[in-house]
Amino acid sequence: MSQNKMPYIDIVVDRCKGCELCVSVCPKKCIELDANSVNVKGVNPAKYVGGCIACGSCVLVCPDVCIELYKEEKAKKSA
Amino acid sequence: MQTTKSHPKSLFPVSTHYCGGCGHGIVHKLIAETLDELGVQDSTIAVAPVGCAVLLYNYIDVDCIEAAHGRAPATATGIKRSRPDCIVFTYQGDGDLAAIGTAEIIHAANRGENFTTIFVNNAIYGMTGGQMAPTTLVGQKTETTPSGRTVKNEGYPIRVCEMINTLEAPYYIERVSINTPAKIRKAKKAILKAFTYQKEGRGFTFVEVVSTCPTNWGLTPPDAMKWSADNMEPVFPLGLFRDKGAEKEQTESGEKK
Amino acid sequence: MKQLMTGNEAMAEAAIQAGCRFYFGYPITPQNEFTAYMARRMPEVGGTFIQSESEIAAINMVMGAAATGQRAMTSSSSPGISLKQEGISYLAGDQLPAVIVNVVRGGPGLGNIGPSQCDYFQATKGGGHGDYHCIVLAPSTVQEGTELVQDAFDLADKYRNPVILLSDGRLGQMMEPVDFKPRKSANLPPKDYILEGKKGRSRRIICSLFLSEPVLEEWNKKIQAKLAKIVEAEVRYEAKMVEDADVILVAYGTCARNSKEAMRELRSRGRKVGVFRPITPWPFPYDALGKAVRKAKAALVVEMSAGQMIEDVNLAVKDARPVHFYGRMGGLVPSASEIVQQVEKIFTQKM
Repeated sequence: MSQNKMPYIDIVVDRCKGCELCVSVCPKKCIELDANSVNVKGVNPAKYVGGCIACGSCVLVCPDVCIELYKEEKAKKSA
Repeated sequence: MQTTKSHPKSLFPVSTHYCGGCGHGIVHKLIAETLDELGVQDSTIAVAPVGCAVLLYNYIDVDCIEAAHGRAPATATGIKRSRPDCIVFTYQGDGDLAAIGTAEIIHAANRGENFTTIFVNNAIYGMTGGQMAPTTLVGQKTETTPSGRTVKNEGYPIRVCEMINTLEAPYYIERVSINTPAKIRKAKKAILKAFTYQKEGRGFTFVEVVSTCPTNWGLTPPDAMKWSADNMEPVFPLGLFRDKGAEKEQTESGEKK
Repeated sequence: MKQLMTGNEAMAEAAIQAGCRFYFGYPITPQNEFTAYMARRMPEVGGTFIQSESEIAAINMVMGAAATGQRAMTSSSSPGISLKQEGISYLAGDQLPAVIVNVVRGGPGLGNIGPSQCDYFQATKGGGHGDYHCIVLAPSTVQEGTELVQDAFDLADKYRNPVILLSDGRLGQMMEPVDFKPRKSANLPPKDYILEGKKGRSRRIICSLFLSEPVLEEWNKKIQAKLAKIVEAEVRYEAKMVEDADVILVAYGTCARNSKEAMRELRSRGRKVGVFRPITPWPFPYDALGKAVRKAKAALVVEMSAGQMIEDVNLAVKDARPVHFYGRMGGLVPSASEIVQQVEKIFTQKM
């Protein structure tokens, strides 16, 4: 039986420019700029704060391809 | 756990010089995914413009030539005629394609050259600091229209899809946008179709992408996306202008009945 | 009253002060400030500003305005100036006045946006097709730039000839104090060639096509005679401390500034160095330069190029003295200390 693994995103912090497009499109407000961190570009990078529903909007919108979405593959129904 | 989207193979995993939130990054990504899905990375030749995307070759991992300003469709013609088995595309901004390059795009489209043009329209000149573009909206303030574009002095914004649609030869013309995730999905479909048609040797394919320029519009990237949707789309309506492939299918299925 | 202005903006203002009311241009770095300034300023003085669809369109718009009697101009940078060459040839063949500002950048091709002097050949030897020359003026300070821009309009009208103002990416971007002094209006011939509607007189044509060969030859002879007059009367240069110099630095524009600084340093070390600065790359000061170098022991030509003005220097000096060269390319500027080093080499190698 598959475990109930929740989807999540991983952000490549060093390429993030802090543009906040991901923040603005997430329907569940799962992403914020990390006020406590400054990346190599000198900006507060995006940070995942939980609640992902795997809609993929952030992945679509990120111009710097910083975000990878991890979700459980749906088990295929047997014939 | 499976990842739904890994970094496209045809895109170098590097930081780009584009401003944060710039539409170019999104369009580059969609093109790279397309090249991966069609398996043509190794047979693609890109023609880079003069404009913000001049350094496209540092991001999309394919053979690439830098064309003179506006002349990319002419250069692409030379390349595709010489190497018809290669996938050839031009990637041009509104200055490159609709100002200095108007003759070149019209004539390449008119000859039905079998390459793809991706036209990124953000209603302004980005690289040179925010001057008016042929697609700048009436009333829009820019470096060279400090009081706003006027019809009297500067005329109206140019609708390139509509112009190219008056020519007989082009095979596929669509205008899309990248200002919401849903529209990005549609844009990807259009770009994939354009390149697929080229791979099948069908003729000239053209996708106009209504994009943004947060820096020169003076807006945050999310606000720029909204501005693009609210102000540009009424002037540059999204949608399919021509798809000879779909028409052909319709005719054939009609004939079969 | 002095004000601090960038080169591009100051020269644009100078054009306005010279009565230019028609500006046509296209964005290209490093001269965008010129275009943006004109976009703001032309409406203020009731002039016409058009951002054209390309540099080619711009030069042809200049032709239209000039043909109808206006003081018209365009500005661009190297690749854009290349595009304008056909238009400039037409202006010369039509014998129309116009001012073209080239804020030179690194080349060839797209190059980069650093300052350069690699368009000297293009400006002085032709660039466009046919037997003609543009008058070429090369400032070396922002203040001088404002004066030469105003001179350019006068010269263009005096001789019915296009004039190139040779600036560069550094001069265009730097900020210096500028004083727009009132000028004596030049004594200019009436514009009896312009198109304005027949108005009862016999019609005028502006053209450069003369199908009969002897007729075209006569037209060319007219142009050549005019150019000969320009050579007689319009040569300009600046010669600093050349009378007792052993080595003369020959440089123009930005390179002349650094050469002067090098000269001051070398003089403080007891080296007798002077600077000869051509202000008109065309007509080039062959006589004055030849005389100056013959009095000295050697010359060092300093350019932001692979060596273009040096060919004119060699023509002036005609092997009478050794002519050395120091240049940087790619948008780099020969620094004063580099120039000092080169001159020291010449002294230690006994010229």
